[in-house]
Amino acid sequence: MLKRLSACIGEYKKASLLAPLFVTCEVLLEVLIPWLMSYIIDHGIEKSDMNIVIGIGIVLLFLVGLSMFCGAMSGKYAAIASSGFAKNLRKRMFYSVQDFSFTNINKFSTSGLVTRLTTDVAYLQMAYQMIIRIAVRCPAMLAFSLSMAFFVNSQIALIFFLIVPFLGGGLILIASKAHPIFEKVFKTYDRLNRVVQENLRGIRVVKAFVREDFEEKKFKTVSGEIYDQFSAAERILAFNSPLMQSSMYICMLLIAWVGANLIISSRMTQGELIGMITYASQILMSLMNFSMIFVMVIISRASAERISEVLGEAPDMSDGEKNISFVKDGSIEFKNVYFSYSGKPDSYCLKNINLLIHSGETIGIIGGTGSAKTSLVQLIPRLYDITSGQVLVGGENVCDYNLKALRGEVAMVLQKNELFSGTISDNLRWGKETATDEEIIHACRLAQADEFIQTFPKKYDTFIEQGGKNVSGGQKQRLCIARALLKKPKILILDDSTSAVDTHTDSLIRKAFAEEIPDTTKIIIAQRISSVQNADRIIVMENGEISDCGTHDELLKTSTIYREIYDSQQREVVGDE
Amino acid sequence: MSRHGSMHISRRPKNTGKTLKRLLGYTFRDYKFHFAAVVLFIVISSVAGVKGSMFIQTVIDDYLAPMLATGSRDFTPLINAILVMIGIYAAGVISAFLYNRIMILVGQGVLKQIRDDMFSVMQKLPVSYFDTHSHGDTMSRYTNDTDTLRQMITQGVPQTFSSLITIISVLIAMLTTSIPLSIVVLLVVGLILIISKNITGKSSKFFIDQQKSLGRANGFIEEHINGQKVVKVFCHEEKIKAEFDEINDELCYNTTHANILANILMPIMGNMGHVQYVLLAMSGGLMAIWGVPGITVGVIAAFLQLSKSFTMPISQMSQQVNSIIMALAGAERIFELIDEKPEEDSGYVKLVNAKLTDGELKEASERTGVWAWKHPHGDGSITYTKLEGDILLENVDFGYVPEKTVLHDISIFAKPGQKIALVGATGAGKTTITNLLTRFYDIADGKVRYDGININKIKKSDLRASLGMVLQDTHLFTGTVMENIRYGRLDASDEEVFAAAKLANADGFIKMLPEGYNTILRGSGSGLSQGQRQLLAIARAAVSDPPVMILDEATSSIDTRTERIVQKGMDSLMKGRTVFVIAHRLSTIQNSDVIMVMDQGRIIERGSHEELLAKKGKYYQLYNGSFEPEES
Repeated sequence: MLKRLSACIGEYKKASLLAPLFVTCEVLLEVLIPWLMSYIIDHGIEKSDMNIVIGIGIVLLFLVGLSMFCGAMSGKYAAIASSGFAKNLRKRMFYSVQDFSFTNINKFSTSGLVTRLTTDVAYLQMAYQMIIRIAVRCPAMLAFSLSMAFFVNSQIALIFFLIVPFLGGGLILIASKAHPIFEKVFKTYDRLNRVVQENLRGIRVVKAFVREDFEEKKFKTVSGEIYDQFSAAERILAFNSPLMQSSMYICMLLIAWVGANLIISSRMTQGELIGMITYASQILMSLMNFSMIFVMVIISRASAERISEVLGEAPDMSDGEKNISFVKDGSIEFKNVYFSYSGKPDSYCLKNINLLIHSGETIGIIGGTGSAKTSLVQLIPRLYDITSGQVLVGGENVCDYNLKALRGEVAMVLQKNELFSGTISDNLRWGKETATDEEIIHACRLAQADEFIQTFPKKYDTFIEQGGKNVSGGQKQRLCIARALLKKPKILILDDSTSAVDTHTDSLIRKAFAEEIPDTTKIIIAQRISSVQNADRIIVMENGEISDCGTHDELLKTSTIYREIYDSQQREVVGDE
Repeated sequence: MSRHGSMHISRRPKNTGKTLKRLLGYTFRDYKFHFAAVVLFIVISSVAGVKGSMFIQTVIDDYLAPMLATGSRDFTPLINAILVMIGIYAAGVISAFLYNRIMILVGQGVLKQIRDDMFSVMQKLPVSYFDTHSHGDTMSRYTNDTDTLRQMITQGVPQTFSSLITIISVLIAMLTTSIPLSIVVLLVVGLILIISKNITGKSSKFFIDQQKSLGRANGFIEEHINGQKVVKVFCHEEKIKAEFDEINDELCYNTTHANILANILMPIMGNMGHVQYVLLAMSGGLMAIWGVPGITVGVIAAFLQLSKSFTMPISQMSQQVNSIIMALAGAERIFELIDEKPEEDSGYVKLVNAKLTDGELKEASERTGVWAWKHPHGDGSITYTKLEGDILLENVDFGYVPEKTVLHDISIFAKPGQKIALVGATGAGKTTITNLLTRFYDIADGKVRYDGININKIKKSDLRASLGMVLQDTHLFTGTVMENIRYGRLDASDEEVFAAAKLANADGFIKMLPEGYNTILRGSGSGLSQGQRQLLAIARAAVSDPPVMILDEATSSIDTRTERIVQKGMDSLMKGRTVFVIAHRLSTIQNSDVIMVMDQGRIIERGSHEELLAKKGKYYQLYNGSFEPEES
C-alpha cells in the first residue's frame, strides 16, 4: 500500500524533502533562542551591561528572522508537496479508472469511486502535510530541546525523563481508548445521514403513509446513539488538557524546587532557570501535538486503503496481440459462446450462443427482463471478454483487434445512457470530433432529433445540464442515437434506446435507418414488438439462450414466447401496418 | 475530528448577533446551572494558569533574591510557597477537567436537541419544500453545519472565554507592574494582529478559489465516473484525461496557494512572540540603564514571562474567532431550516374506525375494516360519515407557481369502487392531480370533495392514511424486505405481509433473494431491478389496505409479459376500491370505468374505452398506436 501511494509523490519529491529540512532548521533555531535569551538576562540585564543586551538582542532578532523564514519555507514546501501529492493521487486514480474495463468498473460502486477521488484524497492530503511537517517538527523539537536542556543543566534535565514517559504514556492511553469509539461514531454518523437522505428522497412515501412520527422515532434513536458514543469519546479526550496541564505544572514545581537549590548553591543562574521552563513547555507541547497527529494519521489510514485499492486494480483488458486496426465489414458471428460476469462457469448468463449476422442485416432482439439481451450485445464491441467460445466481427476475433478500432466501428447506444454537461453540439461531437455542422444536423435528422432541437431558442448551442436533466427521456434517447450515428459505424447497436420515444417517432427512426444507412448492420433490442417486427430476423432470448430466431411472421407461428409477448401488446400495435 | 468538513463552501453569517443569541438561548434554556458552573471553573483555571506562569518569577524575586542577598539557607518560606502553589495548580487542573466534561454534556446535548428539532421540523415541511430545495444542501446542514457547531460549542466557546480571562488578568498584571513596558507589549501585539489579519485576508481569497475549483473538480469527477461506460464506448478516455488534467492542475494551484498562506501564519505568529521577547528585553534594559522609574531587573524578567502569557491566548483567540464565525454561519443555515414554515393543516375531520350498530354508524376503538369520517360541528355535535371513496373534483385550477397555471378547470367524478384512468403526454398534468388529492399541494381554485366533505376540512394525515399510493419512482428504505412491505401498515402480521406480497406477485422473487423476506435492502433498494422495486411498492400499498388507491405509472418498468401476471393481482387489489390509474401503456387501463385523456392541463376527452374509441378522437389515435405518449 505505502509503495503505491508513495509513487504518487512523483515530481514533488524535492518539496517533500525541503519541507522537513526547513522545519528541522526552524526547530534548531527555536531551541537556540531560549538559550540566548537566558544569556541576555544573566549577562545583560542582571549585570546592566547594555552592550550585551543590544548585541545579543540583534543576534537574536536575526535568528528569529531566520527561524521565521525557515518556518515559512517549510510551510510553503509542505503546501506544495501535499497539494501536489493530492493532485497526483487524483490523476493516477482517474487515469486508472479510464483504463478500467467494464468488469473492473463493476467491482467499485460509482459513489465509492467518487468518494475515493474526493473525500479520501482530501484526508490523505491533510495527513501527508502533517507527516512531512509537524510529524518531523515534534520529534525534532523533543530531541533538540532535551539535548539543550542537558547542555544547560543536566540535573534539571533529568526531570524531563520523569515527565516525558508520564505524559507520553497518558496520551497514548487516551488516544488508544478514544480511537475505537470514534470509529464507531463515524459508522453511526453514516447511519444518521442515511436516514436523513432516505427521508429527503422518499418524503412522498413518508407522507403518503403518514409515517412522520415513525421516521422521527427512527431518527431519534440514531441521534441518541450519536449522543452517547460521541459523549463517551469526548469524555476520554477531556483528560487530555488536564493531563497536559498537570505535567506542565509538575515540571514547573520540580524545576522551581531543584532550580532554587542549585541557584542558592550557585550551580545555576536565574536566566538558565527561565530557559529551562521554556524548554519544558516546548518538550511537552511537542508531545501533545504529536499525539494529535498520530490520531489523525490513524483516521486517514482507511482512506489510504481505499485509494490503494483503486491504484492496485489492474485493467483486465488490453488491445489484442495482433492489434488489427481495420474492421472489414459489419458481419458478426457468435461461436459456442458462454459468458458469465464473474468468469465462473457455474453462473453463466449466456449459454451456448451460436449466431451469424451478415453485414448490413437488421436484427431485432426481444425477451423478458433478465433474459440477457444486453449481455449478448455487449460482447460485440468487447465491453466484456467471453468465458469460452468466440465472437467474430468482420471475420476476425474481437480479441485480436485494437480496442479503439473495434469500438470505433461498433457504435452502441447503451440502455443507461448519459449526456454530459455542455452544448448539444459538444455532446454530439463525442461521436466525431471533427464533425461539421452539416454532418451533425444530418445525424440528428436521422435520429428525429433535429425537429425538437430547432424549437430550443439556442438550437444546437443549447446547454445540456449535468446528466441531461433539462431534456425529456425521449429527447435524451434521440440525442444519444444521433451521437452514435455520427461515428458512421459499420455496426449500430440500440439497447432499448427508444423506450421513451413515442411509437410514431420510433417508426420514423427505423425508416430513416433503412433508407439512409442500409449497409450498416443494425441490432435493435426492444420491449415493443412494433420496434422489431420489420427486422430481417428477430432473436427471442430466454434465460440466457437463444430460444427462437426468424422473421415476425415465422415467429408468430413457431415461438410461444414471442406470441405471448405479442399478445400482451397486441392491443397497442393493431393497425400499425 | 470531522469527516464531513472538507467540502464546505465557507460563507459569512448574515446576522451574527441574532444567531449567537439564539444559539445561546438553546444552551441556556436547559443548561443554566451547567453554564454557570463552566464560567466559574474557567475563571479558576485561567487564574491558576496566569499565577502559574508567574510562579518562577515569584520564586526568583521573592524567595531566591532575598536568600542570595542575605546568604540565608532557610528554605521554609519557599517550601510553603510551593505547597500553596500545588494547591492552586490542583484547583486549576481539576477546574479544567470539570469544565471540559460539563461542556461535553452541554455541547452534545444541545447538538442532539438541534438535530432532533431539525428533523422533526423537516418531517412537517410541505412537499413543495423538498421539490424546490436541493437535497445535498439540506443534507449538509446535518453534516457540515452541525459539525462546525459541535467544535464551536465544545472547544471554541470555552477556549475563547478562557483566553479572554487570561488576557484580561495578564493585562491587569502588566499595567500594574509597568506602564511603559506594557506599551511596548501592546505595540507588538498590535503588529501581530495586523500581520495575521493581512495574511488571513489574502488566504481567504485563495480559499474561496480553492472551494470553487474543488467544486468544479468534484462535479467533473462525479459526472464522468457516472458516465464512465459511455466514455469507454466512445473511446473518449484520452480526451477525458486531458480535460481532467486541466481541472486538476487548477485545483492544485489554488490549494497550494491557500495552504501556503495558512501554513506560514503559524511560524510567523510564533516567532513574533520571540521578537516581542527580544524587544522587551532590549527596551527594558535600556530603560533600566536610563533610570526610568520602576524598571528593575525583576520587573523586566516578570514582564518577559507575562508577555508570553499574553501573546499565546491572543493568537489562540484569533484562530478561534475564525472557526466561531464559520460555526455561526452554519448555525444560521440550521436555524433557516428550523424556521421553515411547516405544512399548514387546519383540517378537523378525522378518520376513525367504525361499526354499524342498529343501522347507525358508531366509533369503534378496534380495527373493524369499516372507517368513518368524524365530523365535529360548530354547535358541538358530531356526525359520522361512512368512508366510501367517493371523490369529486370540481372546476379545479392549479399552478406550482402562481403565475403559471398547469391545470385548467378540471372536473372528475369518481364513484366508490370506480377505476378512473388518466392518460396523456408528459407534462399533461396527470401526476399533478394526484398531488392535489393527497394535498401535497393545495388547489388554487375550485373544490375537491371526498365523500362529500371538502378535503380542506380533513386532517391531512387522516386524508393520506385513507389513500394508498404506488409511485413511479418507488422509494424503499434501508431495512429488510419485510420491514419495507410492513411500512404500509406497521401492525400488519407476517401472514398479512406474505399475502400482500403474493397479491403483488412479488413473493416469487423475494423467496429467491439470499435471505428471503429477511434480506436487507440497502441504498434505496439497489440490487433489485426497477420492476422488482415496483412490485414491492405495490405490496406495500396492498398491506395498507386503503379504500382509495392512486397508481402513478406503477407498472411502467415491468415488462409486458410480467405485467399481465401482476395485472391479476392488481385487479384483485383494486376490487371494491376507488382507484386512480396513471399509465402510458394503454393495455393497463382499458378496463377502467372512466378514462380521462389529458392534454396541457385540460381534460380533452372522457368516457369508457368503447365510448372513446367510437369518438375517433385523440384516444382513438393513441390506441391505434400511431402515437404513444412520450414518458419523461
